[in-house]
Amino acid sequence: MDLLTVVQAVQTMFPDAAAEAVAGALVIRKEAAFAVLDQLKNGPSRFISLQCLTAVDRKEALDVVYHLYSFDVRFLLTVKVVLSSEEPSIDSVASLWDAANWFEREVYDLFGIKFLGHPDLRRILNPDDWAGHPLRKSFASSDIIQKPLK
Amino acid sequence: MIKDELVINMGPQHPSTHGVLFLELRLNGEIVNDCRPHIGYLHRSIEKVAESRTLTQFIPFTDRLDYLASMNNNLGFCLAAERLLQIEAVRRAQYLRVIVAELNRIASHLLAISTFAQDLGAYATALFYAMRDRQKIVQIFDELCGQRLTYNYVRIGGVSGDMTPKIAQMIRDFIASEREILKDYDDLLTHNIIFKARSKNIGVLAQDIALSYGVTGPNLRATGFNWDVRKDEPYLVYDKLDFKVSLGTVGDAWDRYFVRVQEMRESLKIVEQALAALPEGDPVVKVNKPFRPNGEVYMRTESPRGDLGFYIVGNGEAFPYRLKIRAPSFSNISVLPVMAKGLNVSDAVCVLGSLDIVMGEIDR
Repeated sequence: MDLLTVVQAVQTMFPDAAAEAVAGALVIRKEAAFAVLDQLKNGPSRFISLQCLTAVDRKEALDVVYHLYSFDVRFLLTVKVVLSSEEPSIDSVASLWDAANWFEREVYDLFGIKFLGHPDLRRILNPDDWAGHPLRKSFASSDIIQKPLK
Repeated sequence: MIKDELVINMGPQHPSTHGVLFLELRLNGEIVNDCRPHIGYLHRSIEKVAESRTLTQFIPFTDRLDYLASMNNNLGFCLAAERLLQIEAVRRAQYLRVIVAELNRIASHLLAISTFAQDLGAYATALFYAMRDRQKIVQIFDELCGQRLTYNYVRIGGVSGDMTPKIAQMIRDFIASEREILKDYDDLLTHNIIFKARSKNIGVLAQDIALSYGVTGPNLRATGFNWDVRKDEPYLVYDKLDFKVSLGTVGDAWDRYFVRVQEMRESLKIVEQALAALPEGDPVVKVNKPFRPNGEVYMRTESPRGDLGFYIVGNGEAFPYRLKIRAPSFSNISVLPVMAKGLNVSDAVCVLGSLDIVMGEIDR
């Protein structure tokens, strides 16, 4: 199994997902993300393990990154969804993988991405009354000292 | 809140929560109706710190994730960084890494099983035995890199210090003595009727639930699921070494304990083989200019607690653009509410102890 096979399968099945392979990852549109991920998990390849769910702040946009693993075809698949950095939101996948519950809470806490339909979207690492989302590049705090690099 | 329900705050300061974990228990008499873990008391924002450190500067921070298995954390990070930078360590360094990673796995499992026994009321004896044996490993590491807990030993491209004949002899002595001592643990715990009564068929974790929650490591193998990154996605020289993957059958607390005991035996075998096959060469890396990572990588290794993944994104500058740590304990503890539901409070403590969590890597 390789990435191109997955991308072609997704393109055939979900024409509106605008699936493409970019730098080793399957990139899909936000609107179709849940349907595609549902198919990846429950379809023939059975990506039953959500290894990791995280986000990357690209300043002008936010990437949500899913690392899925299938024990059947022994393949680690990276799925990316690009969100706008203004009030970012995406459908929760907590109903597909229980692991997503805490992963999404962490991404919400650190990046401020809202996961629609999440059963319990609360901060997880920071206190409930914490202001801001620390892993956003715009987050500034006087406690964080940028070390100059020689 | 339903009638006759009592809310108990277990932690964040509690001896059986293995660190600063706060469990909000809702009890009906002795029975746990609901268990809500609250984490974050040890949050140091290590992932944010990583964005203002070079890859080499970040290695000491990985020591402070899972502080009971610092070598495995160093290793996981350095292997991910090496894959991103397309560097390969010399063969001697690869063997040395296997040796330290497996020794650290034994040290970590010793603490895991003994603190678990202590949670079940086997006060002190097992813990003192384990501490005594762990001390030997810690002394080997002290000789190797001058540290007892936070080693900073594995470096990008190699290691920080070479093996000497004295250390090799210490390791051989340790293997010989530990083989015998592991039988004591069987007498003390494995076949102990009280220990079995407290852990057999308690906290049974179904395989599909474990997979859905992303549970990995000994906790997943205890359900009988054959998954070990060292075997299934071999890194370093694990594919050249002979060892078995230990599996449980039922997935109860005793299975999780016993998988760890078996893994210690296998780790001894691995260390013995790696030490015998140690090739010549210079494994020590010199201080070099900062690497400028470009592109991204997700790499996982088998830490004593499960799949430890590092996701590094670089944009050609010395500091990584983003670094995500996929900590095995984070997913392992997330399944606790499912497992604790309907158990006695004392059995919930047993389940928590058998999961073997480390708050350092959960909170990061």
